[in-house]
Amino acid sequence: MSTNDADTATDPHGDHGHDHEHPAFLAHHFDTPEQQYDSGKLGMWVFLVTEVLFFSGMFCAYAIFRMLRPEVFEGCSQFLNTTLGAINTGVLLFSSLTMAWAVRCAQTEEYKKLTTLIATTLSCAMIFLGVKAIEYSHKWEMGLLPAGMFSYDPAHPHHADAPNYLLWICLPFALIFLGTLIWLISSIVKGNKFQTACLKPLTIVAFSFFIGIGLGTILESGNKGESHSTASDSTEHIESADHSSEIASVGHSPESSQGGHTEYGVMERLAVDATNSGLKNELKALDAQSELATGTVVLDHSTDVDATIKRAPRDFLTPSRAGVFFSIYYCMTGIHAIHILAGIGVLVWLLVRSVRQDFNRQYFGPVDYVGLYWHLVDLIWIYLFPLLYLIR
Amino acid sequence: MSAGLNIPGGTVRDPGFPTERENYLTNSKGVLSWLFTLDHKRIGVMYLIGVTMAFALGGLLALALRWHLLDPDGTLFTNNIYNQVFTLHGAIMVFLFIIPSIPAALGNFLVPIMLGAKDVAFPRLNLSSFYLWIFGAIFFVMALCASGLDTGWTFYTPYSTTTDTSVIMATLGAFILGFSSIFTGLNFIVTINTMRPPGMTWFRMPLFLWATYATSIIQVLATPVLGITLLLLVAERTMHIGIFDPEYNGDPVTYQHFFWFYSHPAVYIMILPAFGIISEIISVHSHKHIFGYRFIAYSSIAIALLGFLVWGHHMFTAGMSDMTTIIFSALTFTVSVPSAIKVFNWLATMYKGSISLTTPMCYAISFIFLFTIGGLTGLHLGTLATDQHLHDTYFVVAHFHYVMVGGTLVAFLGGLFHWWPKMFGRMYNENGGRFSAFLVFLGFNLTFLPQFILGSRGMPRRYATYDPEFATLHTASTHGALILGIGLLVALIVLLMSLVRGKKASANPWGGATLEWNCTSPPPFYNFERAPAVGDPYDFHSIEWDEENERYVTVDPERKIAPEEEPTTEPAHADKKH
Repeated sequence: MSTNDADTATDPHGDHGHDHEHPAFLAHHFDTPEQQYDSGKLGMWVFLVTEVLFFSGMFCAYAIFRMLRPEVFEGCSQFLNTTLGAINTGVLLFSSLTMAWAVRCAQTEEYKKLTTLIATTLSCAMIFLGVKAIEYSHKWEMGLLPAGMFSYDPAHPHHADAPNYLLWICLPFALIFLGTLIWLISSIVKGNKFQTACLKPLTIVAFSFFIGIGLGTILESGNKGESHSTASDSTEHIESADHSSEIASVGHSPESSQGGHTEYGVMERLAVDATNSGLKNELKALDAQSELATGTVVLDHSTDVDATIKRAPRDFLTPSRAGVFFSIYYCMTGIHAIHILAGIGVLVWLLVRSVRQDFNRQYFGPVDYVGLYWHLVDLIWIYLFPLLYLIR
Repeated sequence: MSAGLNIPGGTVRDPGFPTERENYLTNSKGVLSWLFTLDHKRIGVMYLIGVTMAFALGGLLALALRWHLLDPDGTLFTNNIYNQVFTLHGAIMVFLFIIPSIPAALGNFLVPIMLGAKDVAFPRLNLSSFYLWIFGAIFFVMALCASGLDTGWTFYTPYSTTTDTSVIMATLGAFILGFSSIFTGLNFIVTINTMRPPGMTWFRMPLFLWATYATSIIQVLATPVLGITLLLLVAERTMHIGIFDPEYNGDPVTYQHFFWFYSHPAVYIMILPAFGIISEIISVHSHKHIFGYRFIAYSSIAIALLGFLVWGHHMFTAGMSDMTTIIFSALTFTVSVPSAIKVFNWLATMYKGSISLTTPMCYAISFIFLFTIGGLTGLHLGTLATDQHLHDTYFVVAHFHYVMVGGTLVAFLGGLFHWWPKMFGRMYNENGGRFSAFLVFLGFNLTFLPQFILGSRGMPRRYATYDPEFATLHTASTHGALILGIGLLVALIVLLMSLVRGKKASANPWGGATLEWNCTSPPPFYNFERAPAVGDPYDFHSIEWDEENERYVTVDPERKIAPEEEPTTEPAHADKKH
C-alpha cells in the first residue's frame, strides 16, 4: 500500500512523452519505469508474505484447538449461517474478477471502465461488510461471544435487553453515506467536475453497505421461515422459539433430560434460529442415532448422515468450551474485516487517481499492487469460509 | 592530486572531498529538512541517535541492577521494583536497541551506498518506518514506566493475563515496533533485489549485504507472527478469548510456542548483521581477500533458515513431549555449523594477512573471542540433560549476553568505528578508540564470566536477592559492569570529540574495496552520479597507500583508447548511398 508511493504524474494530459528521460511518474532514484514497477511488485509480494504469516498464527490456533476439542468446533460451527457465508464468498470472488479486469483497463488506458470497475470492487467490499454486519449483530444478540463474554443460553437464545447492535454498526456507514451524498450535491452545485466524477461512484459505494444489509436480512429471514417449517415437521415444541418464556416454562434443561426425544429439545429450539442452518443435519443424525440405540436398525453407512456428529457430546455449549470457537471465529473474521476496510481505503485512493487519469501503459503499478493485495484478502476468505462454516 | 604517488602505468582515482552543497549533512539546513528527509543517510543517522539514546537508557538500568546485586539482600530496590527494572532493561535493549541497531542505523546508511544506488527502493516507507520506531518507542517506554510492567520482556502467560500492569499498552508498543522492523526488512529485500548496479551479481555483493539480506528475510517472515501473538494476547486480556489463558481452557504453552517462533529468529536478526560487519572489517583491516566468500554468504542464509526450526529449545522444561525436545535439541546443534563456518573463515582471512590493529579491528578480534565463548556455551543449553540443570540460571543470562553484547554490541561498535569517517567525514583518535575497545573487552568478561560460574552453581536468574556464598562472584560482576560502562563512555567521547576536532577523513581511510569507499566522505546527497564500476568487493590489488596525503586511493591500470588509428573519413559503404 505505502509501497507504491511513487511520484504521481500531476498532469496526465501534458505531453511529457513516454520516451522522455525521466517521466514525472518515475521516482528520482530509479533508472527505468521497469525497475520501479519491479521494485513495487516485489515489495508488494513480500508484504503479502508477511500478511500470510500474520494470519498463520490464527490458523495455527484454529488447528490446535480443533485438534484438542473437535466436538466444540463441530457443534459450534452450526451456529454459522452457511448461506450468508456462501453469498459473501461469491461477492468477494466477483470483486476479485473486477479488480483483475481493472488492472487490464489501467494498462490499456480505458479510464471510464477503470473507474467503473474499481467502484464495482468497492461496492462488493461494502456488500461483504453489510452481510458480515448482519451475521455479527445476530450472534452478539444471542450472546455467542468469545469465552470471557459468552452468555448464550439455549433456553433464552435472544437476550431481551440486548442493545441494537446492528444499528450501532450501521451508524458510521450511514454517516459516511450521508457525508458523501452531501459532498456530491455540493460539488454538483459548485460545478466542480473532478469532485463530482469522484463522488458519484463513491456515493453508490457507500450505499452498497445497505444493499449488503438488505441482502443479509432477506436471506436470513427466508432461511428462518424454511428452517422453522422443517423443524416443526419433526418435533412438537419448536414454534415457541421466539417466545422464550414459554420455552423456559417447559423446563427442559439439556443436561438433566436423559432419554428419548426430549434430549434434542435444545437442538430443535436452536434449529429454529436462522443462523443455525446446519442443525437440520444434526437433528437427522440424532434421529438416526436414537434409532440405532433402540436396536431397530443396524448401523448403515450408506445414509447421508454425518457420522462424526453422532460422536459429538452435547455439552459443548458451556461458555468455557464453546467460547474458544467463537474467539477464533471473531479473531479471524474480524482481522479479515479490518483488511477489507484497509483495502477499501486504498481502493478509494485508486479511484480518485483513476478519475485523475494518472495511469498509463508505462505506469499502472499501483493498480496492480492493490489488485494483488485484494486477491490475497479474497484468498484468505476462501480459506476461512470452509474452515469455519462448512467443515462439520 | 596525487603528487607524491608513483605508480607506473596507472591513473589514480580519488573523489576528493565533498563541497558543502553536496555533503548530505549540510546540503539542506534546518530541523525540518532532517525530520522530513527521504535521504536514507539522514534517516540512518537519526536512527543512530535514537538507538544510542535507547541503549544509554537500557545500559543505565543494567548498571542499576548490578549495583543492586552488590549486596546479597539487595541495595537499591524492593523486590517489586527490581522486577520492573529488569523488565524495562530487557524490553528496551531487545526491542529498542539490538533489533534496530545494526540493520536500521548502519544498514540504512550503508545498503544503498554499497549498492551504488541513489536511495533505498521505497524512501517514504523508510521514513515512515523510522517514525513508527519513534512512536512505538515512546509508547512502549511510557507504558512500561507508567504501570511498572513486571512480566519480563517475554510477556509469558498466564502471568501476563492476570497482572494489573499495562500489558496491553506495552504489547501494542511492541506491535508498532514490529511493523517498523518489517518495513525496514521489506525495503532492504527489494532494494538488494532490484537496485544492484550493472555488474554486481549476487556473488559480487559485499558480505554485509548478504547478512542484511538474510536478516531482512527473518524480519519479514518472523515479525508478523509476533504481531499476531501480541494481538491475541491483547484480545486475551480484553475479551478473554481462551487461547492462552488457562482459566478459559486456553493453553499457556501455545503462547510460548507462538512467542518463540518469532523471538528465536529475532536472535538472528540481532546477530546476523553483526556477522556481516565483522566480515567487512576483518577483510579490510587484514588487507587480504576474504577467505571462503561463498561459504560465508551461504552460511548467513543457512542460519536465517535454520533459525526458524529451533524455537523449541527455549521450552525444554515447559512440558513438551520427549520426542519434541529431542528433535529441537538436534536441530539446535545444526545452527552451530554455519556459525562455526563463519568463525573459521574469519580466522583464515586473518592468517598471513597484513593486519593493522585499528580500532575496528580491535573490536572485531574481541568479537571473535566473545562470540565463540557465547556460541560454545550455547551447546550446554542445547543439550537436554545439562539444560535441565542450567535452565533459568545465570548461565543462560551469561550465555545470551555473550552473544548479544559480546557479539552484536561489540560488532556494532566496530562497525561504527569502521564507517564513522564515511558517515561524518572525520577521523577519531585511534588510541582513544583502541583504549575503549580494551576496556569494553575487559569489563565485559569481568561482568559475565563470573555469571557462568554463578549459573552452574545454581544461582537462578531474575532474583533480587541471593545466598551470601555467591557474594564474591556477584561483586566481581558488578565491578566488571562498571568498567564496561566506562569503556562505552570512552567510546562515545572519542567519537563525539572527533566531530569537533577530528582530522578530515579521506574517501578511503582504511583501504576498502567496496563501493561505499568510492564516494566522498561524507557522501554527497545523491551518493553517486552514476553507478560506479563494480569489481570484486574484496580485491585489494588496485588499492594503494598514498603516503603524502595519508589516504588510500584506487589505481586504475592504464587503458588504451581503442581503436587507436583514426577512422577513415569516408564510410566504407559511401558509394552505395547515392
